[in-house]
Amino acid sequence: MPKQKLVLIMISCEKAAHICNKTQYREATFFEVLKLRFHLFICKTCSKATEQNNKLTTLCHKAKLHSLSSQEKVKMKEQLKKQA
Amino acid sequence: MTQHTLQPNLWVDNYADYLFNFAVSRVSDTEVAKDLVSETFLAGLKSAKNYKGDAAERTWLIAILKRKVIDHYRKSNSKKGKAEVRMNYGASSDADGDWLEEQVADPFSTLENSPIENKELGLAIQDCISKLPKKQAQVFTMKTIKGISTEDICNELGINPSNLWVMIHRARTALIGCLNKNWF
Repeated sequence: MPKQKLVLIMISCEKAAHICNKTQYREATFFEVLKLRFHLFICKTCSKATEQNNKLTTLCHKAKLHSLSSQEKVKMKEQLKKQA
Repeated sequence: MTQHTLQPNLWVDNYADYLFNFAVSRVSDTEVAKDLVSETFLAGLKSAKNYKGDAAERTWLIAILKRKVIDHYRKSNSKKGKAEVRMNYGASSDADGDWLEEQVADPFSTLENSPIENKELGLAIQDCISKLPKKQAQVFTMKTIKGISTEDICNELGINPSNLWVMIHRARTALIGCLNKNWF
């Protein structure tokens, strides 16, 4: 039944956005990526959103952001408290 | 102009990451940067009574951090011989060549700009992250910057994966909007 097979690959925009976010962290499965690709092929809005999302990921990589771990922050807080 | 007040007990939560990125981009050593940030907080606490309240808290802390960075370089340069500027021509100093011509900057090169741009980009992103709701910012930094897996974050924060993805989605949408406004 070809119609049922088509239903398998058709996804909503919300679902597409979810998969798109997952792909930013390389956590989407192969079939999910396939579904997303198909959705992007037919949905212009999602294509644009995906493009922006990908750009954010590359920017974050390029900026080489650093952040302190929570333990280090706790340590700093204690130091501050000691002084106060 | 609005008057600002200092809230030292919120400093670490609100500004530690921002200051840390600022410091790392200047001293390029995470350990040194960490020390500088905590020194900054302590110095801020010590001179809190001199805070006039015309600048925002973060601006004031950044100003202190800048001094700390300068002090750091002064200290490391005061060790003998380090302050000396060394100029060497290539690998072997007695090589023939068009010395001057080879030293001239390439006007078409954009390579020099990219590290500077990346520094600013990092601060711009950090700025946008600090504008997010606290929980979203936390999830986003854990996932994107620290690269912790979905499972671990869920365990640590006590949320389920779909909850996490919703927060990630909102954070990303807000960040895209913020960066579009401030960066491009």
